[in-house]
Amino acid sequence: MASPNDPFEFQEFEEADSLLKANRDATTISIEDEDIKTEKQRKADGDEDPLGTDDKTELLSGQKESPPFWTFEYYQRFFDIETHHVKERIIGSMLPWPGKNFIHVYLRRNPDLYGPFWICTTLVFAIAISGNISNFLVHLGKPNYKYTPEFGKVTIAATAIFTYAWLVPLALWGFLLWRNNKIMNLVSYSFMEIVCVYGYSLSIYIPAVVLWILPYEWLRWCSIVVALCLSGSVLVMTFWSAVSDDHPKIIIVITSAIVVLNVLLAVGCKAYFFSKPEPVLTRHSSAATQVTMVPS
Amino acid sequence: MAAAESSRPFSGLSDVSISEDIPVEGDISVPIDSSRKDDDFSTLDEPVKETILRDLRAVGKKFIHVLYPKRSSALLRDWDLWGPLLLCVTLALLLQGGAADNDDQGGPQFAEVFVIIWFGSIIITLNSKLLGGTISFFQSLCVLGYCILPLTAAMAVCRIVLLSGSGKVSFAVRLVVVTASFGWSTFASTAFLTGSQPPNRKALVVYPVFLFYFVIGWMILTFSPPQ
Repeated sequence: MASPNDPFEFQEFEEADSLLKANRDATTISIEDEDIKTEKQRKADGDEDPLGTDDKTELLSGQKESPPFWTFEYYQRFFDIETHHVKERIIGSMLPWPGKNFIHVYLRRNPDLYGPFWICTTLVFAIAISGNISNFLVHLGKPNYKYTPEFGKVTIAATAIFTYAWLVPLALWGFLLWRNNKIMNLVSYSFMEIVCVYGYSLSIYIPAVVLWILPYEWLRWCSIVVALCLSGSVLVMTFWSAVSDDHPKIIIVITSAIVVLNVLLAVGCKAYFFSKPEPVLTRHSSAATQVTMVPS
Repeated sequence: MAAAESSRPFSGLSDVSISEDIPVEGDISVPIDSSRKDDDFSTLDEPVKETILRDLRAVGKKFIHVLYPKRSSALLRDWDLWGPLLLCVTLALLLQGGAADNDDQGGPQFAEVFVIIWFGSIIITLNSKLLGGTISFFQSLCVLGYCILPLTAAMAVCRIVLLSGSGKVSFAVRLVVVTASFGWSTFASTAFLTGSQPPNRKALVVYPVFLFYFVIGWMILTFSPPQ
């Protein structure tokens, strides 16, 4: 990207947009948060008029004045979606397709906060309520069982889910930013996009958690494995393109961290909120009948 | 010449004419605020019973609007937060006493119910405003609070049913009552709220309301009396 005079002369780099105007086929990289895609990627996304998108990207990425983060309008940008968008994103997070990057296909630079927040809230209450119902069903036949609503578990579920859905993206975003400084990467995601992916990837757990009400261990393990595969593959495929240019060790570390944290969340929730159906039930009832028969 | 000009100020204005098709409208009237101000001040002199009764009557009128939800804007126009406060405190008091061995296992405490209802309403209001709703903050709080009325009534019915035992029949009755009142609450609040939302986002606004009343209905259904 040096000037034609002397490639080794130190040049002041201009804005990526003006460089792109000069040389259409050039690849521009910017380390800031704005993503500048190559011309090829833009054509792949189906933009008809490259000149038009040039103008648009100049308007949207660099020079648009965004309201400061303490105003209401700043957050209104992240609720600029419609019902069918949310539906498409949820279905896209449940059915991963090899090669389809969730952020590029579904988000298209319009990350929203509606999906992550309400999916997390629904999951919190789904876990608490399903756990309560499954405990009730497991202990149903026992004598001396007093049903308790266990409302304190809602707080614990909320802490776990919201930590996973907001702190892990923060750590991942920080890590990707650090790697981007070391290695020029084509793809960089903004913090909101990562939060969006993580939020929507939790949506598969809502039907899984409802399925865990039934006290059959094999059913619970089957559904947990299926949910893990689906949500894990969505996450891995999304972040694969962000780290694929990197050192192989880093790729392994990132991918395994994403998968392991996902597994920890799912298995931890299952273990803490859903008690195992106990086979000791028959022994207790037979012991009780023996005790009652002795005095007579 | 200059003296003549200066002696006739505004002389240049004689050329100006107002064309006939510029409408000149206005309303010149004497504002009658003075008598209204007198009315406002005079409420200081009325007996306290009358002041309280006036507010109670307003609250009661809104209760009736909730019980028979039509597309009226009475709830939205004169919003007040007395009704929601009354309902929230009643519901939280009725949910008290779901005793258990330790606090962690029991039902929601008074503060938890209060926080859930008020924070839930605030978050739903923020959500609908961020999605482009035209309703104001307090109007939305007012609607969401008033529509808890069917659920509070269901709680009272559940406590009465629980007095006669907590077996399967009473559970079935309570389930039916809570489900019906949850449906009524959701239907009533969406009847008031959806008018102010953009048309392609209605489901996005209704779902949190559904979740809110579902959680409150769950708290009512799982209330187990102290023994």
